Amino acid sequence: MYFRQIFALAIKEFLALLRDKRSRFVIIGPPIVQLLVFGFAATYDLNDVPVAIYNEDRGGAARELVSRIEGSPNFQVVAYISHDSETAPLIDNRDVLLVLHIGQHFSADLLRDNSAQLQVILDGRNSNTAMIAMNYLRTILLDYNRYWQASQGEGASLVSLQTRTWYNENLQSRWFIVPGIVGLLTLVVTIMVTALSVAREREAGTFDQLLVTPLRPVEILIGKAIPGMVIGLLDATLIIVLMAIFFDIPLRGSLGALYLGLVLFLLSAVGIGLMISAIAVTQQQAVLGAFLFLVPAVILSGFSTPIANMPELVQWLTYIDPLRYFLVVVRGVTLEGDGYALLVHQYWPMAIIGVTSLAIAAWLFRSRMY
Amino acid sequence: MKPAARMRLWGMIRKESLQILRDPSSISIAFIMPVVLLFLFGYGVSLDAKHIPIGIVIEQPDTATQSLAGAFESSEFFRPRHFDAIQSAQQALDKRQIDGIIWLRNNFSTRLLAGNEAPIGVIINGVDSNQANITQGYIQGTWLAWLEHYAASRGQPLLIPVSLEQRVWFNAALSSRLFLVPGLIAIIMTLIGSLLTAMVVAREWERGTMETLMVSPLHRGEILAGKLIPYFVLGMGGMLFSVALAVWQFDIPLRGSFWLLMLSSALFMLVALAIGLLISIVSKNQFVAGQVAIIVTFLPAFILSGFLFDINSMPDWIQFITLLVPARYFVAILQTLFLAGDVWPVVLANMGALCLMLLFFFFLVWRKFNKRLE
Repeated sequence: MYFRQIFALAIKEFLALLRDKRSRFVIIGPPIVQLLVFGFAATYDLNDVPVAIYNEDRGGAARELVSRIEGSPNFQVVAYISHDSETAPLIDNRDVLLVLHIGQHFSADLLRDNSAQLQVILDGRNSNTAMIAMNYLRTILLDYNRYWQASQGEGASLVSLQTRTWYNENLQSRWFIVPGIVGLLTLVVTIMVTALSVAREREAGTFDQLLVTPLRPVEILIGKAIPGMVIGLLDATLIIVLMAIFFDIPLRGSLGALYLGLVLFLLSAVGIGLMISAIAVTQQQAVLGAFLFLVPAVILSGFSTPIANMPELVQWLTYIDPLRYFLVVVRGVTLEGDGYALLVHQYWPMAIIGVTSLAIAAWLFRSRMY
Repeated sequence: MKPAARMRLWGMIRKESLQILRDPSSISIAFIMPVVLLFLFGYGVSLDAKHIPIGIVIEQPDTATQSLAGAFESSEFFRPRHFDAIQSAQQALDKRQIDGIIWLRNNFSTRLLAGNEAPIGVIINGVDSNQANITQGYIQGTWLAWLEHYAASRGQPLLIPVSLEQRVWFNAALSSRLFLVPGLIAIIMTLIGSLLTAMVVAREWERGTMETLMVSPLHRGEILAGKLIPYFVLGMGGMLFSVALAVWQFDIPLRGSFWLLMLSSALFMLVALAIGLLISIVSKNQFVAGQVAIIVTFLPAFILSGFLFDINSMPDWIQFITLLVPARYFVAILQTLFLAGDVWPVVLANMGALCLMLLFFFFLVWRKFNKRLE
């Protein structure tokens, strides 16, 4: 192999990418801004859910319940209504997410029968938010029930659940999402950098010149892959450092295991990016191709919704998505404290995807002449 | 419009349309992308868990523990595996083979029969906190049902002081598809509008054909209109196609008016196109234009629009940023028009916001787009 030539090609690629001030900026600036904005924005935890209370009952039990909801950090009571007809406009106009209706006989029923019913009306336009708000309400009620039983001199039920959560002890969704953003941003930057590298030369007509140089296609491939790897590695490192500083995400496992995963992940991302680039004739096609890959790759990776919930057929599809494996590595190392041994089954699929896609890209380099 | 002007504009539109038609990637982003995305989200993405793998550790089997284990085995939410000791279950949890552990200690039944408190240990992998909350909810539900059954079998009905009757409006079954698909249309429109147009003008600069356009008798407005009109048509075509898929393929109810939906879509499409044009005028380079389009349009539409994550729960400074994301207003309109109907206060307020954004971005495009060389 002509190491000097490959090196020279890699230098040329870096220059082509970094010569332009705006190109330099889009490689460094946006990942930082996005990590901060999305890291703080992307959370399933709700606070200050706007609620309206429709209380027809003047009893003490109802008052106690209302004050518990008023005191919850998850809810913010924005309206007290006194008529059924006020419910619909509040919910329709999105002024409140839920209306809690306490019927006239609530306290009386509770005192007499030890059992009473509450009614809640939820805005289901975003069903996930509705479900989470409902869970908060259930927790408040569970607590209230325990309090009621104690105040009536009954012991709590004999069998109780003692739940502990591991790895993410306070169940903060940020701990789940932010490590995911590391994978997401690294993938976006690497794919964009590599997807345009060949297409740019094709459009300018310089790729043919490159092909008639003594460099073999494999060597051109290596020269083109190096900048993607280096930029991806630097960007990912920057994001990981910022993640630790701004979001207090613990790093419980081995840093080496994380970087081994990162290198394999970048290898597969660079391979796929170059493959897209080799197929595309123009830069526009390359960007759109990158997109057609990125969007499903993010959706199917388990970044925001669990893979286990997908239909079987779609689950099979996720096996060719490198982000799927890398997300397990990042979350495993940061939250679960994993080392090399527990992540082996994430490493080898990424290596296979990387080698296969690079091989296809090299083959496409040679066979697609225009 | 004077005949000469009309001819110039028509020529420009023809040129742009030919460029769209010749490059299959433009058509594919308008028609293949919606299919791929809608199918992935409609069928692939779900927040509703089933068959969660859990481990059950029974240290001393007897009738009470068997009936409790049976309750988990017969539930469609769980796929239980039995372990003899807590250590082996914990190892399986470490290896991500199971998501949670139900642990019945060896004195469970004796304590229960003696009338003492008999706690059940539950350990859940909390990495995916949302999923962990859902799992916890299902475990609680199964446990409560068993408790009721157990109490009834001993002739003492279980009384729960306050129970909750829930009614969910607009989406009674709480199916996540009903809110994901309308929101997705906003993301598809953002892609067609901004990403595609961002590349268009940048390409003219990069290839030097912009200079040719400058020396032509075309006015600034004519060049812009000639670029916008074909992409507007393409985008609205993609929109109609997505709505048809949503209604007929995914059975999403369209409870509001179709024409109001079209009107607000046209408004949003224009905003997206204006942003795309602005990006390409400022960046003048397809690599930068592509990156910037993804960063300022697609990702915010995904994360900051209220499509997936609740805006009210974000920190104040981020809520302020979401005010600048046009998809935020369109997602609100879409979710309301599809699921709730013509709720005028919501639709009008959000359309008003889109109008303001449209004026703002067109003003910027007009200012930045000069027929001059630097």
